[in-house]
Order: sequence, then structure tokens, then C-alpha cells
Amino acid sequence: MSTLIVNKLSCFYQDNQVLNSLDLALDNNEIVCLLGESGCGKTTLLRAIAGLQVDLSGEIRINAKTVNDTGINIPPEERKVGLIFQDYALFPHLNVFDNVAFSLQKLSRKAQRQLVTEVLTLVQLKDYADRFPHQLSGGQQQRIAIARALAYQPELMLLDEPFSNLDHHVRFQLIDEIRLLLKAHSMSALFVTHSKEEGFAFADRIALMQAGKIVQIDTAQTLYSHPNSIYVADFMGLSNYIRVTVRDKYSYQSELGLLNCNAIIEHPINTHLTLLLRPEQLAVEVDPRGKGSITKVDFLGAYQHVSIVYLSKHYIVKQSNHDGNCMQLKVGDKVSLTVLSHHFVAFPIE
Amino acid sequence: MISRVNLYKLLPWAVTCLLIAPILALILSAFQIDDSGSFQHLIDTVLWDYSLNTLLMILGVITLSFIFALPVAWFVACCEFPGRSILQWALMLPLALPPYIVAIVYTDLLDFSGPVQHFLRALMGWQQSSDYYFPDIRTISGAIIVLSLSLFPYLYLLLRGAFLGQSGGLFQAARTLGLSPTRAFFRVSLPLSRTAMAVGLSLIAMETLGDFATVHYFAVSTLTTAVYNTWLELGSLTTAAKISSLMLLVLVILISLENYSRRRQKLYQRSGATHTELRFVLRGWRKWGVLTFSWGLLFFAFILPLAVLFYYASIYFSQSLNLSLWKYTLNSVWLAMIVASLALLIALIVNFYQRLSPGVLAKATIRLSSLGYALPGTVVAIAVLIPLSSLDLWFNRQLIEYGYSRVGLLFSGTLFVLVAGYLVRFSAIAVGSIDSSLAQVSPSLDSASRTLGQSAAQTIRRVNLPLISKGMLSAFILVFIEAMKELPTALLLRPFNFETLATYAYQFVSDEMIEYAALPALLIVLMGLVPFIVVSRLMEKAS
Repeated sequence: MSTLIVNKLSCFYQDNQVLNSLDLALDNNEIVCLLGESGCGKTTLLRAIAGLQVDLSGEIRINAKTVNDTGINIPPEERKVGLIFQDYALFPHLNVFDNVAFSLQKLSRKAQRQLVTEVLTLVQLKDYADRFPHQLSGGQQQRIAIARALAYQPELMLLDEPFSNLDHHVRFQLIDEIRLLLKAHSMSALFVTHSKEEGFAFADRIALMQAGKIVQIDTAQTLYSHPNSIYVADFMGLSNYIRVTVRDKYSYQSELGLLNCNAIIEHPINTHLTLLLRPEQLAVEVDPRGKGSITKVDFLGAYQHVSIVYLSKHYIVKQSNHDGNCMQLKVGDKVSLTVLSHHFVAFPIE
Repeated sequence: MISRVNLYKLLPWAVTCLLIAPILALILSAFQIDDSGSFQHLIDTVLWDYSLNTLLMILGVITLSFIFALPVAWFVACCEFPGRSILQWALMLPLALPPYIVAIVYTDLLDFSGPVQHFLRALMGWQQSSDYYFPDIRTISGAIIVLSLSLFPYLYLLLRGAFLGQSGGLFQAARTLGLSPTRAFFRVSLPLSRTAMAVGLSLIAMETLGDFATVHYFAVSTLTTAVYNTWLELGSLTTAAKISSLMLLVLVILISLENYSRRRQKLYQRSGATHTELRFVLRGWRKWGVLTFSWGLLFFAFILPLAVLFYYASIYFSQSLNLSLWKYTLNSVWLAMIVASLALLIALIVNFYQRLSPGVLAKATIRLSSLGYALPGTVVAIAVLIPLSSLDLWFNRQLIEYGYSRVGLLFSGTLFVLVAGYLVRFSAIAVGSIDSSLAQVSPSLDSASRTLGQSAAQTIRRVNLPLISKGMLSAFILVFIEAMKELPTALLLRPFNFETLATYAYQFVSDEMIEYAALPALLIVLMGLVPFIVVSRLMEKAS
């Protein structure tokens, strides 16, 4: 069963179509990351699900309950969703206890205290109940925000760039912590970010958005190795593209020679295509008679990126440093370029 | 049926319409045919002189205020010298002194029987006024000087803020590019504060346009005094409305100029080290020059007039301290409290409308409800009288029609009209104050509260109101101060036999009885100063 179903959701804002007939489904206990450039509609989608966005058309269902449809717009306070913000949104006039107990007014004082202690323990800030938000670090504030949302026992957790105000070290530690916490509570979550590294670390599936639509939704691995468009391919990582012609069911003809594919090619023979080659799918070797020459070497520790001009085309090759061969390449070296055999991804020529 | 959802949209618009109705009525009635012919008579005789005087006053006051405010703002913001931190706030004090009080003090000091001429005569052995030349303060130049002494703090405050907000690094960059401090000031700091300057100068221009008491006391005839005279002496509301509309035109020009200068405001953002960290220390003749100018300005604008008031108040203390003084003080306080509470309520209504449904419509209510502040008190008074006296007429006619006896001027002849006038004029202060303090509350707090199960009303009560409580207090106090000081609106709109502290003091001022005006004037200053200090402390803590 799905926790969340979004069906043909559109949103206009000042004559701009921010969401364009968008579909999305979240399974129980699943964390999905909405990834995309700024302005692609990620935050609008999140606000729409929370009930904070007006001028919507389309359907939103949370746990089989319709919260948005033609003539239906359930107010945010009746949707039971937890929303976590980039700026933490802790109430500055309330201490940690009162922040966490904000949604628990109907409970007795004793029940409140019990529940608050419980969730504060979960986020490892049990002793901070008397502090005020400004006395906490960014990471602590975000944990309190999580605790506050958990105390409300939402049916779905929405997180709007929750980690972007934190420094690198705290960020990935908190990502691990919160992921575990959500999983332990079997809670579904939708998470907005523009950083794919955060998405990789936090989500089960990634939904890549472009211009108000989800262009591909799948695991991070699939998005990286089998993107369904050049846009997705470029968003997920560095890429080289070459023109190829389908030679038979297992090989392409290209200016880098014959390329053998380890899966069946479905395009008809003689079709011209654009082939995606990730930097790690190329190999470079010093060769005085090679047709390529090195223009730049970026040493990055465990590996390096080598920029090459080969038959007046630019390529980036990733070279790992496992045997210390990184040291050998210099700018100006003549090199040969080979393509490592793999399951190629090719796109029709636009 | 009006549902609750509609009510929260209806209420702000109702409030806004009530606030702008008088202004619309004023413009409409300006186009009415004038039966008495008194407006034509004015055009034929004195209207052009009045307009010219108004223009001269505005130009004179903004020039002189600029000369006063610019140096002190720069000294206080960007230089270090003994007593700087005292001057920083003390230079705001002249705002607490109503200009007509400054006017009577200087008249008392400088006229023929005053101590200055007395001293000169004793020194030089002159016998009578024909023996020597002494400038007459009761002229347009005198009025310009007095108003500039009272109004320059507006520009000072804005310029100081602008200088403090500028990156000190820019000034230093200019110095390393070979500019002397003086040239760096004129080529970098001054151009960067152009916006603040334009805002400050137009504020001063509006205040000058609206000033009634000073020019009236100095017998300089301007458009404001013309409005006052045509209504109170000729009794012609239509003519008064026509002159008021003329002033409205001047205002539209001033506001357009101000908006034009704000157009590039966002250019001036702050980054890097501020001037506060990079103040340069003044020594030698520079230090003494700065000290003389700054303290001299403060002396003439505040210390001396206050001392004279204290002198007279102490001598005539027992004669001044009577029952009516207490009665009028109470009148003023009550009136100011009612106005401040209502203005705060209006401010909350329009601002929460904007908060809950942001958009062009909501912004329009904020803009429109703030229109009245730019209007001179006399204009507001005439504007409020037009619809309310029509309402009275209609109401009494209805009563007679249904067999009741008439009740008289229920709206235009009671405190109702005075409160209405004050609200039209001062709501803008509260609206602006709430607007800026609400802007500091992150919208994500509202969203957080809503997704935590709280309705819009609960969110306002549990999140927004507690967070803007300081802003609400300062909105209340700022309106209170203005309402305590307000004179022209009160003079024109007060019910028969109703006096405020300001009208009471002004009555003695216009009768040249400084000795009796002193104590009520001091009370006005005190009532303004104490809350003012409270607000400044609040602001300091907030930032």
C-alpha cells in the first residue's frame, strides 16, 4: 500500500507552471528524495502535500485519505504530516520542552512530559529540555525539530533541505541518525535536496525533477548507470558523449573504434545514437603514437580526473590510484584511449 | 451568511476603506462647485503668495536641516571623539520638542524686550530699536530656522543608520586608492547614503508642509494656515477642501520623488567590516571643531529651549499648576491611549491579512491604510469632517423623518471625529511597526505550527503574537507619542470646550504667554520622552 499518492498535480504561480501534471507514489516505510535544480518545483510539491500551497489542481492522497482534489483542500493542521525546514523553524519564544510539546496541548501535563522525554531521548537530547533554541547548535536544533515532528506522530514526514545549513561532518552524521530513526519508526518520508550526495545517503529512491515534473524515479544506482535522458545523466555525474552507429546486436561503431556491449542492443542496425561514457568507463595509457594528448590532470586523492583531447574532442577519464599510476601522467603526454566493455546507455540523437 | 473565512478578508478591507474614505471625500469635494466664491477670491488675492511661502519654507527647511544633520550623522557614525555615545542618542531629543514651543522660546529670547537685545543695549548704550539693527525672528527665515532645529533629527537618524550600515571596507578601499578622508566621504559614503537622504529630506518636507503652529505663530501665511483660516474663520468646508487638495498635489510629488530615489535601494547591501569597527579617532582642531558643532546644535535645538521652559515653569509653577492642567493632561493621555489601542488593532488586522493570504490585495490594504500619515494634520481634519458632517446631516434628517428629535452633531461634533482624524493620520505608524516586526518572524514558523495541528487562529495566538509582542508595544507607544503631541488636527476637530495638553499650551503660545505655556509644554516633552526612551531600549534589545 502507498503512504502517499500524487496524481496529475499542477500548480500555477503568477502565470508560471511550477508543477506540471506530476505523479508520485511513496510506499510504506519508504524514503524518497526529490532531487533537482533550484526552481524545479521540489519545495512547491512538498508544500502542496503539507497543505501550505494554494492554486493546485490534481489529487493528493495520504494513507488513502484524499487531502487535495477538485473542491477538496484539507487544511494543513488536519493532514498529520511532519514538516522539517532548512531554518529548523523552532519557536524562539519557547524552550525545547515547549517546542516539542507544541502539538500536545490536548494531553495531560504528565502525558506530555512522558512523550517529550521519549522523543528527546530518541534524538539524544534528553538533557536539553530547558534550553532555548538559540542556545543550541544547528545540528541540535534540527534534531529538536525532528523530535517535535515525531511527537506529533505524523503519518508522513516531509523534509525541506533539512541539512543544507549544517557543515559537512555534522550533516552526514545527522543524515545517518535520522534515516535510522525514520526506519525504526517505519515512517515514510519525502526529502527535498539539491545535493545528490545527501540523496544517495538518505533515500531509498531518488526522484529527479525538472521543470515541475519527475523525469526519472529509481534507486541512486540505476539513476547513475541507467539514466533515461541526457539531463539525468548529466545531473547524476560527469559524462562523456560520443556519436555511435549500431553495428549489430552486441556492438557499436565509433571514432574510438568498435565498442562491445555486454547486453543486447535494442536499437535497429545502422541507427545513429549518442552514447554515454562515464569517466570510469574509459581507460587511458601513455602511448607515444596515441591520437590523444593530456590537457589537464586534477589529482583528487583516491583517484584523478584526466582531461584529454582525442581527435579534437574533449574527454574526461577517471583513473584510480590503487597502484600509484596517478603519478605518471603529465600535461602534454601523448595517450591512447580505450572504452571498457559494459552495459552501454545510448540516447537518440536530438 | 458570512463565514469565518470571509470575515478575515472582509475586516481588513472594511478598516482600510474607512481610513481612506475621508481622503477620497476630500478629493471629490475639491471638484465641487464653490457657491460662496471664496476660493476664487483666494486665487485672486493671496493664494499664490501662500503657495510661494509654502514652497520657500520647504526648500529652506530641507536645506538647513541637511546642513545640520549631515555633519553630525557622519561624526557620530564614523568618528571617535569624547562624548560620542551620548550625542548619538541626545541628537534625537529635539524631536520631543514641538516646534511652536521652540518658536516662542526664541521669540522670547530674541525680541526687543528679551534678554539678548537687553544685554546688547546695556553693553552698547543704545536706547531704542531705531538705534541699531537686529534681525527679526518673526519672519519666514525665523520659521525656517526654528523648524530646521526641530526636524533635522529625522534626517540625522536616517543618515546615521545609512552610514552605520555601509561597509567600512568601501571607505578604506577608497583611502587606499588615494583619496583623503574628506574626499572618500564625498565620493563613496555620501553617494551610498543617497536613498536615506532622499527619504529623510522628503519626510522633513512633508512635516514642513504640514506644520501649522510655527508658521501661524510667526504670522507666515502658508497653505496650512489658509486651510485653518478658511474653515474656522470663513466656515467654508469646500474652500478648505480645495486648498487641502492643492497640498495633496504637493505631497504626491514629494512621495513620487521619494519612491523614485528608493528604486535602487537594494544595491546598497552591507558586507564586510562596518564603520563601527573602523571609526577613526579625531584629534586636535578636528576634535574641537566636531565637539563645538555637535554640542552647539544640541544646545540650540534642545538644551536652551528646555532650560528656558524650566525657568518659566519654576517661576510660574504655582500659577500654572491648576485643576484644568490636570484635566487636560488626562484628556490627552486618554485620547492618546484610545487612539493607540485602535491603531494597534487596525495594524494587526491588516498585517495578519497580509500574513495569511499574501498577495497584491493584502499589500494594497497595508499601503492604503498608511496613506494618511503623509497628510498634514489640517488636511486630515478637513478630510474627516467632510464625510462625518454629511453623515450627521443624514442621520438627523432620518431621525426627524421617523418622528424623533434631532441629536445634533453626533459624529462630527464629538470625540468621535477627533479619534477618527487621529486614526487616519497615525494608523500608518502602527501598521509599519507591526509590518516590520512581523517580517522578522520566519514564515516557516507559521508552516511548522500549521503542520503540527494548529489552525491559522491558533498559530497567530501561540506563535505570531508572542513573537511580535515588543513590536506591538512599540507600535502602541509610537502612536501614543504622536497623538500626545498632535496639534493642528486637535485644533480643528476638538469638540466644544475640549482641550488637550497641546491645544492648551498652544493657546498660551498664541497669546504670547510663555510663562503659562512652559509647564504644559514641559509635560508634553516629558510624555514624549519617557515612552521614547522605553521604545529605544526595546529596539536596542531586539537587534
